[in-house]
This record gives sequence, structure tokens and C-alpha cells, in this order.
Amino acid sequence: MAKYSALSLLRGAFNGQSHWQPAWRHPDPKASYDVVIIGGGGHGLATAHYLAKNHGITNVAVLEKGYIGSGNTGRNTTIVRSNYRLEPLSRFYEFSLKLWEQLSDELNYNVMFSPRGALTLGHSDGDMIRLAEKGDAMAVQGIDAELLTRDQVMKIEPCLDFSHDARFPIEGGMIQWRGGTARHDAVAWGFARSADSQGVDIIQQCEVTSMVVDAGRVVGVETSRGRINAGMVAICAAGHSGHVAAMAGLKLPVESQTLQAMVTEGVKPMVNTVVMTQSLHCYISQSDKGGIVFGGDPDNWPSYAQRGHAVTMELAVQQGLALIPALSRLRMLRTWAGVTDMSFDGSPIIGSTPVDGLWIDGGWCYGGFKATPGSGYLFADTLANQRPHEIIAPFSLDRFERGSPVDENGTGPFPNHR
Amino acid sequence: MLLIPCPHCGDRAQAEFAYERTADSVVPLDAAPDQAVAALFTRTNPRGIDEEIWRHTYGCGSWMLIRRDRVSHAIEWVKPIGPAVLP
Ligand SMILES: Cc1cc2nc3c(=O)[nH]c(=O)nc-3n(C[C@H](O)[C@H](O)[C@H](O)COP(=O)(O)OP(=O)(O)OC[C@H]3O[C@@H](n4cnc5c(N)ncnc54)[C@H](O)[C@@H]3O)c2cc1C
Ligand SMILES: [Zn+2]
Repeated sequence: MAKYSALSLLRGAFNGQSHWQPAWRHPDPKASYDVVIIGGGGHGLATAHYLAKNHGITNVAVLEKGYIGSGNTGRNTTIVRSNYRLEPLSRFYEFSLKLWEQLSDELNYNVMFSPRGALTLGHSDGDMIRLAEKGDAMAVQGIDAELLTRDQVMKIEPCLDFSHDARFPIEGGMIQWRGGTARHDAVAWGFARSADSQGVDIIQQCEVTSMVVDAGRVVGVETSRGRINAGMVAICAAGHSGHVAAMAGLKLPVESQTLQAMVTEGVKPMVNTVVMTQSLHCYISQSDKGGIVFGGDPDNWPSYAQRGHAVTMELAVQQGLALIPALSRLRMLRTWAGVTDMSFDGSPIIGSTPVDGLWIDGGWCYGGFKATPGSGYLFADTLANQRPHEIIAPFSLDRFERGSPVDENGTGPFPNHR
Repeated sequence: MLLIPCPHCGDRAQAEFAYERTADSVVPLDAAPDQAVAALFTRTNPRGIDEEIWRHTYGCGSWMLIRRDRVSHAIEWVKPIGPAVLP
């Protein structure tokens, strides 16, 4: 793999930039691999990268039914943070955040990680108590968290409505300065390029249609490009986790729902951090191109259609406009949706399954982008050693029957109440 | 957005309804533990047709069973919930 550097750019200045090579190959599938990964999103590609890099396992295929990054990886609002209250979650997401901090160097690919601060607004005394509690829980884990007064929030985000008749009064907030955003496509491309250069086959336009099970063990997959045998099969299919797991006869603690996002025309810098709120159903950030990126709640009813539902979008926009009235002048350019794998406690599902040879990384709900390097690293470790890594052990598939859910919001076993 | 034919009120906008859970997740109170775990914590979650319990929350308030396609969003039928439809 040719290294990207200032020098290679300079060299290109003398040859009309004609020396650039494709960033990854387009191989035909081989008859058999040690590990077959289903899903070429960030998680599947990161898992392949770390299998090769950390464990020397390179006879690996990543099978993607469309093009890489075309699922939730390329549709998400790219918030990266580790501000969780429950220890298993903050420990995992902090592990991931530390990988983000050096990911561009590790991959020799600019993932444009931008730690601009992840701010959560508090609108009432109750909100502020919950934020203080969460901040304390983070601080105990050695994670940065700063509780903010109303005046401090005003300095950080002057465009918010601080007037006396504000629809959602702002009492204060909590910020994790190390949180921020990254460029979603670059994450898929950077991991793909690195995995490919280490020998991993990335096979696009290759849909897994069934699993080949022999004496209770998965030994391969049938695909739109023929049968592929596998020593192990790893599902990294996000919203399609349940659909793919059903091919091996499994029923998961997951329900697929659409989640939407939208972006306005580009404007000069006006939103400095990622603005979330403790009570509302909207969050806002500004992309590097200047567009104001909005997100809201999931649509809260099952769907595999990658298109959203006007009611949820309207709610997010109404609340966003109430928080930052100046946004009312902007035109919305695009809206889109992804199919998210909503789990029953809001936490991911990583590890083994009751079917031999079949492993899963899913249940990421609306928050798995920030997990991409962390879960790739730990899932690869889990596959290489055939046991869950201790950081992801709390997220095993059997935790519900054991009565050990990891329920950050404390809302009970309902995928549609997250 | 769906246009849901409420058995009591006729065609109404989806904004008036709330999705509750799938029909197969309703179990008797004396269900065996593995039956209860499967119903409470797992879903068939098909990329296709399933039967779901919805409520006309911001309308007449009644519960109903809806059979619909989760890709095309087409509704096949809606039935009021009662002894004949769900225990
Ligand atoms: C609108 C929106 C906003 C979001 N915002 C955030 C955010 O701000 N921060 C955050 O951390 N997370 C966010 N998320 C969640 C995040 O995007 C996902 O959790 C994460 O990207 C999942 O990555 P993945 O690689 O598992 O899934 P994906 O990128 O969806 O990859 C799965 C891949 O599997 C492929 N596939 C499926 N079935 C098959 C098959 N049968 N055969 C072959 N391939 C198959 C799909 O085509 C897809 O490319 C958001 C999600 C959405 C939809
Ligand atoms: Zn009605």
C-alpha cells in the first residue's frame, strides 16, 4: 500500500497526480476463508482490519450486499463520545474513544476526527441532577466531564435561545470536551484500505442469502455470488442483524426500526459543539462543510424501509428551531434514514451465539458509529481467541435470560421505548 | 406515514397511533421460563410481513392487531383486539 503523505502529494505535482492507485481491490470470492464477515459497514471492516493487524488472521472476507459504507455507517450523524452512566458502557466507549484519538495515524487515512465537545443541555433541576450524576459516574472512570452553568453554556453556544420566554429554558449543561464528530465515509474507506492491504478480500455486491449449517455448526454461507465456506462466520449487519441471524435459526433481542437525519444548506460556523439535550428529542451539530445536521428519535415502530416518517422529523425540527431560532432561516437540503438494530436494553450484543461457528456484533441501536474502532478491536480479539474479551463480556447475547440487561436509560425491555 | 384503518374510526393518520409490540410477544402469565424469555426478549423481526399490536392512542384509544409488510409498509388487514383475535 502506497503511504499517503505530503511528499506523495508533492510528487504528484510533477506527474499530474497520475500516480494514485485504487485504495482497495475488487477480488472475486475464494472458495473458502478462515473468517467470513457479513456486512461491509464500519464494524465489519474494522473487525477485518484488527483481525489482520493484531492477530495475523488475514484469510478473511468481508461480504457486502451493496457498496461498503452504504448502511448506517454512511447515514449516521457521526457523534463520537463516551459519556455514559453505566460502567460497562462508559468503559467500552472510552476504550473506543481512545482509539478514535489516534485513528487517522493508525490507518494513514484522515478520518477527520474533530473533538469539538459533546454538550448535553439541561432544561430543569431534574435534568441537572441527572447530568451531575452521569458526570460523576464518568469522572470516577477517569473520563472527562464538566458540569456547566447557564453562563458557561452561553459562552460556548451563543446562538441558543437564552431569552426569558424561551420554549425550552436552559439551566446549564454537561460537556465532554473530548467528544465530537468524524467523517463517516472516511472511516469505512480507511478501514477498508488498511484491511485490503493486509490481505483481506472486500467483496461488494455480494449478498448473503442463507447459511450452510452442518451438524449444528455454521460452515459457510450461500451468497448472490455463490457458496463461500468459512471457519467462522461473523455477523456485522446492523439493522439486518435479525434477518441474517434468522438464516441460522436464531431469534435475537432486536427489532429493526428506522432512524432519520437531515441537513441544511451550508452556512458559516454557528454551532460549535455537538448539542444534545437531556429532555428533548433532537440534537444538532454543524458539519465541516457548514451544513447544520439534525437528528431525532427513532421512528419507534418496526421497519426495514430506509425512509423516514414525517412525524418524527417534524418533532426534531420543531425542537431544534426552538433551541436555535436562527435556524428557521435555513433551507433543509436532504433527509434520509437508516435501519437500526434496536436492542431490548439499548446496549449492543457482541460475542458468541448458540450456533457453533457463528458470532455476532449488533444491537447498536442509534449509537454504534462511535463504537466502530472499539468494537472492531474487541470483536476481532473475541473471534481470534474464541471467547469474549472482558470489556465486551457484559454485552453477551444471553444476558436477558440471565437477568443482566445493561439498561442505561432504565426504561425496561422495550426496543421502541429507547 | 401510514394511513391506518382503525376498526372503530376508519382511516386515520399514523400520527394518532402508537406501536406497542408484536402479536407473538403476548404470553400467558403462567408461561414456562423459556417461553416467557423468548416472548419478552426476542423478536422474529422479519424483513417482510408480521402481525403487530397498535393502539389508537390519540383517537378512540382502542387496541388493534395489524398485519403489514415492513418493507413496503402495505397493510394487509386490521382487526380489533378481542377474544377471537388475541387471548
Ligand atoms: C440517521 C442515523 C444517525 C445515527 N447517528 C449516530 C451518531 O451520531 N453516533 C453514533 O455513534 N451512531 C449513530 N448511528 C448509529 C450508527 O450509524 C450505527 O450503529 C453504526 O454505523 C453501525 O455500523 P455497522 O457497520 O454495524 O452497520 P452498517 O454500516 O449498517 O453496515 C452493515 C452492512 O451490512 C450489509 N448487509 C446487510 N445484510 C447483508 C447481507 N445479507 N449480506 C451482505 N451484506 C449485508 C449492509 O448493506 C450494510 O452495509 C446513527 C444511525 C442512523 C441511521
Ligand atoms: Zn379509533
